Amino acid sequence: MAKVEVPPEHTAPDTSASTGGARMSIGKRLRILGGFREATTLVIMILICVVMSIISPYFMTANNIRTTVLSFSINGLVVIAMTVVLISGGIDLSVGAVMALVGVITGSLFLAKVNIWIAAFAGVGIGVVIGTLNGFFVTRVGLSPFIATLAMGNIARGASYVISRGMPLPLQSLPPDFKYIGRGMIGGTGIPFLILLFAIVVIAFDFLSRRSTIIRRIYYVGSSEKAARFSGINVTRLRMGVYILAGVLGAIAGVFSISRFNSATPYYADGVEMILISACVIGGASLNGGEGTIFGSILGIALLAVIQGSLILMDVSVYWQQLVTGLILLIAVSLDFLTHRKKKQ
Amino acid sequence: MQTPVLEARHISKRFTATQALDDVTIAFNAGEVHALIGENGAGKSTLMNIVGGIHAPDSGEVLLEGARLDLKSPHDALMLGIGFVHQELALCRHLSVAENVFMVELGAGIRLIDFAHLYRETERLLASFGSEVNPRQKVSELSVSQQQVVEIVKAISKNCRVLIFDEPTAALTQTETETLFRIIETLKAKGLCVIYISHRMSEIYRICDRVSVLRDGRLIDTELVSGIDQVSLVHKMVGRELTDVYPAKNERSDEKSPVLEVTGLTLDGVYSDVSFSLYHGEILGFAGLVGSGRTEVARTICGLYRRSAGETRLDGKLIDFHDYRDAISSGIVYLTEDRKAEGLFLEMSVASNISVIDLDAVSRYKLIDRSREHGLASRFVKEMGIKVAGVASKVRALSGGNQQKVLISKLLNVKPRVVLMDEPTRGIDIGAKTQIYHLLRRLASEGVGVVMISSELPEIIGVCDRVAVMYEGTIRGVLAGDEINEQAIIRMACLDEN
Repeated sequence: MAKVEVPPEHTAPDTSASTGGARMSIGKRLRILGGFREATTLVIMILICVVMSIISPYFMTANNIRTTVLSFSINGLVVIAMTVVLISGGIDLSVGAVMALVGVITGSLFLAKVNIWIAAFAGVGIGVVIGTLNGFFVTRVGLSPFIATLAMGNIARGASYVISRGMPLPLQSLPPDFKYIGRGMIGGTGIPFLILLFAIVVIAFDFLSRRSTIIRRIYYVGSSEKAARFSGINVTRLRMGVYILAGVLGAIAGVFSISRFNSATPYYADGVEMILISACVIGGASLNGGEGTIFGSILGIALLAVIQGSLILMDVSVYWQQLVTGLILLIAVSLDFLTHRKKKQ
Repeated sequence: MQTPVLEARHISKRFTATQALDDVTIAFNAGEVHALIGENGAGKSTLMNIVGGIHAPDSGEVLLEGARLDLKSPHDALMLGIGFVHQELALCRHLSVAENVFMVELGAGIRLIDFAHLYRETERLLASFGSEVNPRQKVSELSVSQQQVVEIVKAISKNCRVLIFDEPTAALTQTETETLFRIIETLKAKGLCVIYISHRMSEIYRICDRVSVLRDGRLIDTELVSGIDQVSLVHKMVGRELTDVYPAKNERSDEKSPVLEVTGLTLDGVYSDVSFSLYHGEILGFAGLVGSGRTEVARTICGLYRRSAGETRLDGKLIDFHDYRDAISSGIVYLTEDRKAEGLFLEMSVASNISVIDLDAVSRYKLIDRSREHGLASRFVKEMGIKVAGVASKVRALSGGNQQKVLISKLLNVKPRVVLMDEPTRGIDIGAKTQIYHLLRRLASEGVGVVMISSELPEIIGVCDRVAVMYEGTIRGVLAGDEINEQAIIRMACLDEN
């Protein structure tokens, strides 16, 4: 190849820099640009925290921080799943219903005198089943993920109403070691066990999303399904796996929720999908697939939680919360669009 | 001397780091077919995008029949009489032909649509180009060439005086190309100015009156096509003599052993009873019309399609792939003809695009080692002469030729024994084409069996040691040595046996 004398190609002129040093610096600059979206979210977050700690002396207290983090710890597990689904180019509108159904089933089994750990295990099994069905209808039947998971979500939500007869199940009698998951504190630190668990899962998934070959393949599939197929990637299996992961994480979140709230309600997490998708998009994910990071999405959901907490601290009516969430989403997505447009030029 | 219908005066345009056009002055006459040529990145598209109202120039002006234009959008240009038939067709696929043709009129104001009139009018326009497309049909049901006619008719219905064609034959079969040429002749006879962008020299000599050459954003020359030979034209285009477009062919030797043997391969309804052998170290060409089954044969061999009958042997061993993955691990790789849709991850980095097939090679415990991944990509960037700012750059930012080199790197990374290349030089400039020809020859000389599917006869003739010609799903024959010439291939590829 190198022996052949050919005319130079006229691409961008700055490409003439081919020394190792120049390449590195350009590469680094690009990586910073790539992480720009997370940076904006982080900056907005820090700004709000600074302003809030001036407005309210209560904001920066351990108590408030704990409450805020706890408020998104359970949804945070599902936001991880949603991020992976979005990266693959899909969407899952059934996760909220899975959380409720798994809670109700686990709770019902417990009330029927089944050991709570076995009941929880069965609940997670339900998550696997629903995830598999979602994956089946998306990959084998060929439905659009939007429709397949919307239908499955309705079925799961309906089932949780049927099983619970529409009433919350009181679960105060749960054994203490199970309650510890959602309500326990790590001895002497004042850190809830749930937050520790959540942090471990987030760190693990963020690491995997950057390094593991499986999640990299999910990025490939989301970036271009056809090109992935023409690169020997088993697209069907990966997409199937993504919905199963969503089902499992949704189910685990459902089990955690009954441990935390001492009850299982059929209407739990109703409409949570939209909040999760907002969080992912604020954190840099794209509905077209191929983009997004776990870290970004967690930042997104944390940002929404901080705003909600701040509005409460400032005595703003809860009715404003949804409005502000919408505004934040709009701003974040517009920023994303504008920065992308600049990069393309 | 005619008065030009369209003039561009002193046009300059800069995109952040690139001076795309530098003081270009060019005139187009009514009733002429004016070719615009140049390598990728020479500024052809930018110039046409300015004339077509997609970009605004930094300086300079566009004049239509002597009047200065102030174009703000492609719609402005169309209404003033400048039509643009894009390379990637820009029709609404889910609407009918008639609705597409009269899209502009339908979009204006709230009125009731007289569909009967619309269909009649569209039918009349289509008939004037000898097209029998039904105006009620959805565009998505049409072939590429039929869609192209719809685009042309759409432009004509606005009384266009200038019609720009951007690589119109790239996706057309030979018969469809002939139809297009007849249409262009009709347009010319009607007194329109046709601006024709193409990489294919033979087409320019066939239908164009004048030719303008752009290089590095400057206008190099405008000549009568009849007054300049092909070699000087290429010379002007690349700025220097282009020797060795095609590498030397392999010495024929008959005692070589086949690396791939295909017997009686059949895919019901597409092709049948395809048999051929591919020898170590040779480049076997696959010629034939688009739709003759060449792509499907290649895709069946590497497990992307399920065969209906027949068998394939690799180094004498029977192989039966259930998916492409199996083919890759046995050393057979396939280069897709649709680089953008099926080949590349446009929004991902060069490094990620090269490592995709064999991620495990840059991983440990299923965890990717990013420095190894970048090292691998850097090696290919150097070896293949890929022009890129860095291996972390997005592939979308690269020119067509460099994108193709990335795609080829991805395949070579798994050290294949057989490469099936489907239109490996489609839509890339002549410099990059030459590099790819030499690369294929180097692979062959290293003992790899190379199959090259191509619709461009000159490269089939110039590059391949043997040529299999397909016609409607069968191999008509295999040519070798001196038998490989244009007449022989066309006769086998196009003519009915009776």
